[in-house]
Amino acid sequence: MTSFRSAALAAAGLAAFLVLWEAAPRLDLINPAFLPPPSSIPAAFAREISGGAWPRAVAESLSHYVVGLVAGAGAGIALGLASGMFGWFESLTAGIVRLLRPIPGLAWVPFAIIWFGVQPSAAVFIIAVGVFWIVFFATQGAVRGVDRDLIEVAKAFGFRGAWPRLTKILLPAATPGILVGLRTALGQAWMAVVAAEIFGVPGIGARMMQASSLLSTDIVVVYMLTMAALYGLFDTGFVALQGWLLRWRA
Amino acid sequence: MTTPSPIIDIRGLSLAYERDGRRTEILSALDLAVPRGQFLVIVGESGVGKSTLLRVLIDLAKPSGGTVTLDTDPATRTPMALVFQDARLLPWRRVIDNIAFGLERHGLAKSERRERAAAMLKLVGLSDLAGRWPHQLSGGQRQRIAIARALAVEPEVLLMDEPFSALDSFTREGLQDEIQRIKAQTGKTVLFVTHDIDEAVYLADRVVVLAGSPGRIAADVSIALPRPRQRRDAALVEAARHLRAELSRRSAEL
Repeated sequence: MTSFRSAALAAAGLAAFLVLWEAAPRLDLINPAFLPPPSSIPAAFAREISGGAWPRAVAESLSHYVVGLVAGAGAGIALGLASGMFGWFESLTAGIVRLLRPIPGLAWVPFAIIWFGVQPSAAVFIIAVGVFWIVFFATQGAVRGVDRDLIEVAKAFGFRGAWPRLTKILLPAATPGILVGLRTALGQAWMAVVAAEIFGVPGIGARMMQASSLLSTDIVVVYMLTMAALYGLFDTGFVALQGWLLRWRA
Repeated sequence: MTTPSPIIDIRGLSLAYERDGRRTEILSALDLAVPRGQFLVIVGESGVGKSTLLRVLIDLAKPSGGTVTLDTDPATRTPMALVFQDARLLPWRRVIDNIAFGLERHGLAKSERRERAAAMLKLVGLSDLAGRWPHQLSGGQRQRIAIARALAVEPEVLLMDEPFSALDSFTREGLQDEIQRIKAQTGKTVLFVTHDIDEAVYLADRVVVLAGSPGRIAADVSIALPRPRQRRDAALVEAARHLRAELSRRSAEL
């Protein structure tokens, strides 16, 4: 009953929002060129699909997103594990981490363009940098937080090297913490996708900038909603995966 | 006449650590020989080094002096296995894979590991729980699984560190009978640490009392009563009374 009530309220709130949004440009409270009414969006969406721009932009952005995410998360997990496992590695990298960590991912845009040009690899690089730090710190913290008692179990059964310690205990025990970092990174990476593409790398962000320069604001809205939908899809999928991976938890 | 060589021969064992320039001795000049197949129970107050002794044997702690000589089959991959006080199952592994854990070092195929784990699960009477996660088990079940995990590697010596002290008394008594049955069935040498004197005399062929700081052997008593034993047996009660008296006399001395 309560969940039904809150779902009904959520729908009502959304409906009210759409009505206000529709009314504002129609009553000329806002110039329709600045804010297209929601009723104009489906037609714009259909045009983008039939012209082939939408599938192309989405495919491009998704490939940046996935490759950047995998690269950044892979490096973050690998170095986070090393840093969580070996004190000397943590000390060795502590200075570098302090220096580089505060630099926002987007501050790498100039170098991304110089190194890679206005190319997909530039977008991938910017996305990967943003994802890296989140996953790195999540992994490092998760490994440090592993119950020492469980590491002792492995030792008592003769698993004494770094590799068996990693695969038998640290990695499975740190998985919940790593997944929390990955989920945050999933959202962060979306932000980086638009940002990277706004600088011209073909994809959703570039298409949005193109449309906005022609004052086709309805198309801008189409892609904003596209991003919301894609993120929702990824996050839902991830939560399901997370639930399955952590099915051993109470 | 020659006595058979002990399976574990501990000579002059001491363990001390230094912290903030202060030296703390946990064990000092300990001699202990454990004959093959004996159910040896070590009792003593907390902090007397009982657990430390087991940790030295399984190489979780380094002694600062003395020797430990094992007369185990060199072909045994895991000559000793330890059951911790808090079962310490790996929460991300199902029961059957927890039991198979130690076997992953023995170069067996997965099917063979599962098979041996299933046999151990049967030995502790929990075959129904093979597919459960540890969080779905009761404390007593968890400890049984920990025992099965230790036995799965086919150790010659089973080390048990206060394995039943965290359980309610009903479960504890059940497991005390269980471990005696398993001991009789497998013929393993058992080193069992507890602070419970009644538990000690009920289980042991021989009770060694550790006392003092650093810990030394204060009494070494053999309990030559036939099994199965009755908990309220007059001889057991008398043995426990004798040990208590010995323990308080020694603690007063030390």
